[in-house]
Amino acid sequence: MPVLWLVLIVATLALGGFFAGRRRALSDAGGDHRRLHSLPAYYGWNAALKVAVPAAGVLTVWLLAQPLVVGLVVVGDLPQDVVTEGSSMDLVMSEVRRTVSGLEGAVAAGVMSPEEARSPLLDAQRISEALREAGQIVSGQLPQPVISAAQQMRQLDNAGDWLMSGAALAAALAGLLWALRETGAAFRARNAVENGLRAVLVAAASLAVLTTLGIVLSLIFNTVEFFRIYPASEFFGSLTWSPSFGGRSELGIWPLLWGTLYISLIALIVAVPIGLFAAIYLSEYASRRVRSVVKPLLEVLAGIPTIVYGLFALLTVGPLLMEVFGNEGLGWMRSGTAVMTAGLVMGIMLIPFVSSLSDDIINAVPQSLRDGSYGLGATQSETIRKVILPAALPGIVGAILLATSRAIGETMIVVLGAGAAARLSLNPFDAMTTITAKIVSQLTGDADFSSPEALVAFALGMTLFVITLALNIVALVVVRKYREQYE
Amino acid sequence: MTDASTNSAPAARKGASLHRTDPRTRRRNGAERRFRLYGAAAISMGLLFLCVLAVSIIRSGAPAFTHAVVEVEFTLSEAQFEEAESQLLKTAVYERYFNAALTAQLRDAGFDVAFDENTIRRIIGKTGGTIRSYYRADPDRVGESVTLDLPVSSRVNGYIKGRVTRENLLDSRFLTQADLDLVDAMRDRGLIETKFNWGFLTGKDSGVDNPGGAGIGASVVGSFFMMLVVLVLSLPIGVAASIYLEEFAPRNWFTDMIEVNISNLAAVPSIVFGILGLAVFIQFMHLPQSAPLVGGLVLTLMTLPTIIISTRASLKAVPPSIRDAALGVGASKMQSVFHHVLPLAMPGILTGTIIGLAQALGETAPLLLIGMVGFVARQYPDGVVDGFLDPNSAMPAQIYTWASRADPAFYEKAWGGIIVLLVFLLAMNIVAIILRRRFERRW
Repeated sequence: MPVLWLVLIVATLALGGFFAGRRRALSDAGGDHRRLHSLPAYYGWNAALKVAVPAAGVLTVWLLAQPLVVGLVVVGDLPQDVVTEGSSMDLVMSEVRRTVSGLEGAVAAGVMSPEEARSPLLDAQRISEALREAGQIVSGQLPQPVISAAQQMRQLDNAGDWLMSGAALAAALAGLLWALRETGAAFRARNAVENGLRAVLVAAASLAVLTTLGIVLSLIFNTVEFFRIYPASEFFGSLTWSPSFGGRSELGIWPLLWGTLYISLIALIVAVPIGLFAAIYLSEYASRRVRSVVKPLLEVLAGIPTIVYGLFALLTVGPLLMEVFGNEGLGWMRSGTAVMTAGLVMGIMLIPFVSSLSDDIINAVPQSLRDGSYGLGATQSETIRKVILPAALPGIVGAILLATSRAIGETMIVVLGAGAAARLSLNPFDAMTTITAKIVSQLTGDADFSSPEALVAFALGMTLFVITLALNIVALVVVRKYREQYE
Repeated sequence: MTDASTNSAPAARKGASLHRTDPRTRRRNGAERRFRLYGAAAISMGLLFLCVLAVSIIRSGAPAFTHAVVEVEFTLSEAQFEEAESQLLKTAVYERYFNAALTAQLRDAGFDVAFDENTIRRIIGKTGGTIRSYYRADPDRVGESVTLDLPVSSRVNGYIKGRVTRENLLDSRFLTQADLDLVDAMRDRGLIETKFNWGFLTGKDSGVDNPGGAGIGASVVGSFFMMLVVLVLSLPIGVAASIYLEEFAPRNWFTDMIEVNISNLAAVPSIVFGILGLAVFIQFMHLPQSAPLVGGLVLTLMTLPTIIISTRASLKAVPPSIRDAALGVGASKMQSVFHHVLPLAMPGILTGTIIGLAQALGETAPLLLIGMVGFVARQYPDGVVDGFLDPNSAMPAQIYTWASRADPAFYEKAWGGIIVLLVFLLAMNIVAIILRRRFERRW
């Protein structure tokens, strides 16, 4: 039974539960709703919740667990010798899955009868024939164990689907009975509903924790997997990055880390002075009218998607720099994609980030400090340089740290603007590459997910996550300390 | 008393006068002026960058919305149709007929430029597929005389728009100087015209060899389904989470943990969310690759912190007196929140949601990892379920795909795609601003 139908049936049951609960409560009170503990609708909601929530829970857990359990059972039943040289259990299992979806397709297209798809006599030849008839892609010869594993998987999946439907419907019906049994004039339906609602709210709030957990777990599992097949000492010790899918790749992180930091440095050199001075001017000098026009305009820069900046780097800034620093001009630059290109554009992107954060922080410096300074005869710029900036320094440092973490995690600009060569060089007009760019290139190829060349992306992601998290936490602590100082 | 008077007048500095500024004051005033100038310069720099960005987007992107078409009168006879359909390489046969017809037409018109069928093939590119689908869509047209608007090849298109000039054009198998003579002659007679390219807005992506036929329509649909998923999931979850944190949560380690998590998630690089999507939704749960559903799920997780932060701000802005009044007339805590606080906070919540959606719409990096880039969105999804589950592209992913193709004609498409994307973002932000202006309430 398709899940959609199941959901619809449960929803109908819940709707029915709503009216049944409400009616039952009212009839118990003799039609006089003043004798009920709660408003009549609450009795309905109580029944509806008790139908929908358990069924939805069963459905979710089952949908998540079934592929895992079925996979484990099938793996356990496979003979050990299907895993040939140069292959792995994962590869065999993905072949099994492909065969399963092929069989499903063939049955759905009507070229193979359901009985035939189940029969133990089914062989590779018949499958490829049927698949070709159904207009699907046919891979090479399938070994017999894979076919029987696929049949077993189909059977288990099928049985699982039926069991799931049964379990979900049973949960829904049990919930309905439970709700109707307890419904009566004296039943505290509002409290029950509100407790249920509160649980839903808590669950929604916990999703943030679950997301973090998901990120951390998916990174850690794959990183551990990576370090099992590739030594960590090489990853953190080697100075070359040259992945080759044929094997013998060297995957040292340093060239990528250097590229990341170099580009971020250039971006900060562009963004910090401009952003900071813009913030100072806007908060201390600009009239209200100028401020109300300029501030939103600068913030437009922050709302532009990064793909736009990436294209801007690749197609506008790169060629422009080439004209000045390329072979026609100074001869320092070999191609339009370079550290300088990506850094400059990233700097532009970060300007509003630095300026609006610093603006907030400068505005938070108490007026009394300014007044004190003016009272001693200082000019406005002297006040800013000698009083306001030192007072706001921790906050500004925090803002710069946040901008750094943004720069380190930025992807599209470097993918399009920085080039693809991993090298350790000091020349800002060389093409270099970054952690984020390599995550993209290692995971968007056709490599299978068990090779070190693909898994390295998770180790890179882990590095990135740890660096940006550390920067964010330090920045938040610094900013919070600073805020408390003046509150 | 007397010693006070002897010391009372401080030794006046030489030449000090209110009417003449001394060098020190002048220096300080100069520093003041310079400092102020730095600030103004920084702002002008920022605005300059914005202008350069806007100008380069518009200048490079506008050509994508027009294309040059050749208007040709053409009749396909019944016999020709039958013959073409019976061949193995059907499109080539159509193309031959068409090119022959066009050549004859041009000769009749008395062009004094030398040309042959190869010239025509270089000018209008591969036309067989277009013509075949035109006739197959409506077989009644066979035998009638019809006027076909066929887009010229991408290089000729570039020449007409000024992207390719005669000077930097080297004779190649793609285009020669002689071809351009014919193009110029055809333009003089009005056979080649520049028209608005509806195909760009409604079309699908084409292969790498046909930049002229590429359109953004299919990926707009992909983005739409993705945003639908984001809206349906992130609005209720975000609002529920904010209500709990703002109205009910006791101060304990669990709530603290949630708060810390939310503020950190808001700063996690988007590519890391892509890794999460790849590992959890595709590797672990085996959801289909490149599907808008998966993209929507990943973007939901990314958008949630934004929505939660803005929702909490608008809940906080509702004055406590409203809650107290509701509690005072006997509402439960839950009733006071859902019947009174939430409706009052709704405009702010919607504004925050729209801004969060706009951010999600432009996000590219996570989509690269869940496979929305390698995929060529050649067709529209068949139905609603397919819209969520069938592989599709999304606007930013489509732009990236075009930008990474070798043919520079795709760059124009990429810029055009950016204009479309920015129009959507602008519209969403304007709606958000209007909502805020109209419903914002000061207590």
